[in-house]
Amino acid sequence: MSTSLSNVPDASGRFGEFGRRFVPETLMHALEELTQEYEKAKQDPSFQAELDDLLKNYVGRPNPLYFAERLTEFCGGGKIFFKREDLNHTGAHKINNTIGQALLTMRMGKKRVIAETGAGQHGVASAVACARFGLECIVYMGEEDIRRQKLNVFNMKMMGAEVRAVTSGSRTLRDAVNEAMRDWMSSVETTHYIIGSVIGPHPFPMMVRDFQSVIGKESRAQCLEQTGRLPDHVIACVGGGSNSAGMFYPFIDDESVKLTGVEAGGRGPEPGEHASTLSYGAKGVLHGSFGYVLQDDDGQTMDVHSISAGLDYPGVGPEHSYWKDSGRVNYTAITDDEALEGFQTMAKLEGIIPAIESSHAIAHAIKAARESGPDETIVVCLSGRGDKDVNEVARLLGREI
Amino acid sequence: MTTSISEKFAQVKSENRMAFMPFITAGDPDLETTVDVLKELAAQGVDLVEVGFPYSDPIADGPVIQASYTRALNNKFHVHDLFETLKTLSADETVSLPPLVAMVSYAIIFRYGAEKFLQEAAGAGFSGLIVPDLPGDEASDFAEQVKSCNLDLVQLVSPLTPEGRTRRIVQTASGFIYCISVAGTTGVRDELPPELTAHLESLRELTDLPLAVGFGISNPEHVNTLRGKADGFIIGSAIVKQFAAFSDENQKREDIIARIGEYAGQMAAATRG
Repeated sequence: MSTSLSNVPDASGRFGEFGRRFVPETLMHALEELTQEYEKAKQDPSFQAELDDLLKNYVGRPNPLYFAERLTEFCGGGKIFFKREDLNHTGAHKINNTIGQALLTMRMGKKRVIAETGAGQHGVASAVACARFGLECIVYMGEEDIRRQKLNVFNMKMMGAEVRAVTSGSRTLRDAVNEAMRDWMSSVETTHYIIGSVIGPHPFPMMVRDFQSVIGKESRAQCLEQTGRLPDHVIACVGGGSNSAGMFYPFIDDESVKLTGVEAGGRGPEPGEHASTLSYGAKGVLHGSFGYVLQDDDGQTMDVHSISAGLDYPGVGPEHSYWKDSGRVNYTAITDDEALEGFQTMAKLEGIIPAIESSHAIAHAIKAARESGPDETIVVCLSGRGDKDVNEVARLLGREI
Repeated sequence: MTTSISEKFAQVKSENRMAFMPFITAGDPDLETTVDVLKELAAQGVDLVEVGFPYSDPIADGPVIQASYTRALNNKFHVHDLFETLKTLSADETVSLPPLVAMVSYAIIFRYGAEKFLQEAAGAGFSGLIVPDLPGDEASDFAEQVKSCNLDLVQLVSPLTPEGRTRRIVQTASGFIYCISVAGTTGVRDELPPELTAHLESLRELTDLPLAVGFGISNPEHVNTLRGKADGFIIGSAIVKQFAAFSDENQKREDIIARIGEYAGQMAAATRG
């Protein structure tokens, strides 16, 4: 059954008061065309069949819902299950969206793709999809993130993508989005912009959520199959919010399921020290949509910080803003240090090296498990694997590789 | 409704020429310079001035204006300070300012508070606003608020805007229509696209509002190609790039302002052909 909470956005891209389109006129027609083409594709059984086949045989879906026995024992409370998005081809959830959008790109007859990336996971997933379908791929990436994520940069180049360093502003994800938007302003007739998160103007927040909802749909079915009932609690990390939107959306109408989004608490709650948009932000406009944003009183976007390049973003998807205000999803923050500890605990107890983004969800799951009883079930989105982060983690722990 | 913008375009038309509207960034490098440059532009006989509000994430702008916004923000630009400064300038009877048009992101307006922003803008002497990230579809409520403050809401039309959209957009617009010459961001370009003429002709059939062309214009030859087709033109990056010199210790402030004035004077003369 769909309720007013799950039956969003409306035709103008509104999630309650959030979302919409705040972009230059030059992009408006392309967004209208994209919305129409996406609606057609959604109704087209051959599009869905092709997507399903690729998700199964190329991405490796469905991936497991894994019961983390030792971590559960360590916490001494609720049972922790991980949705293994880290086992997808490319090692993260981002590919669920890029495959879908690459298929749309071809439906629209476009041959060139641009993408922005923070941690590089979306850049890699875009490069993969473009290599697979023979599309030209340009990835905008902040200079600071290029430094932090050398492995992903190398991988993107291997697959034929051009990585363009962004040197404006904070040189991170936010500026990469700005540069990709600028490219799109002049290339929109021949180019599709594969936005990697549930952000940006309508239809992106809806479309990316839909492509990522495979995470929540599988998790829901797998949990029912393995435990005989729905989970009590579902946890995912939130930067822009794509893995969490995909995880939460299929559970929105299941009122008994508690949903928690975990933001980057960085070094603490002072402005500039974190990227906890929903915890500390206010309503505003960023990157073409209306939602919570970390801005000063003049509407200037503030600098943010996170140990994780993928969560280092001063905005958040409009649907998360809607879920926050409706009270359906609870949002909290995990600090850099807590995430680092979660990363190490996961590696030692479960033999899984998680992405530093996902480590935020893990750190919160450990707290939540300790506060719950043994018959409670906690499902955590393990959104990616941590190979890309080992250099940065080693540096922070003062070790050599 | 007669506004200072529509009066200005009517006057320019009666003189059988185009309106020249230079763009400057407020607060680059500081508000004192903004005031001095405005006075210089007024003395050079420019018809209107577009005043850009520095914004941290200007997705419609190329590198020159981005860099200018960054300089102003690094120098602690605040919206309220600009309004106060312009209020004082507008009250100065020794200066005859041309109509001022604010180029300002909706991110700033929303956060500042739309009503407060519009009231302060009107009080500071602005005649209208251009809000580049508020397309016609999202603008209807805001357009009413703008009107009630006796300001014009200038709307943008891009070469990629289909006719149906254009019809809706011109309905909520007032003052003039900002015709974007090319699909892309702001910045100097060698030539204006050949399709521009046809685009202006089709726009002319849809609205009686003056048509002003912006993006990519920098020299008298560009102006000549627009003659008889547009009612005005905007020059941004070609002027704003000169502001970088203010941070060069080897250059004198008066010399830079004089150079900006000289360029503006040439372009103002070019409107007369």
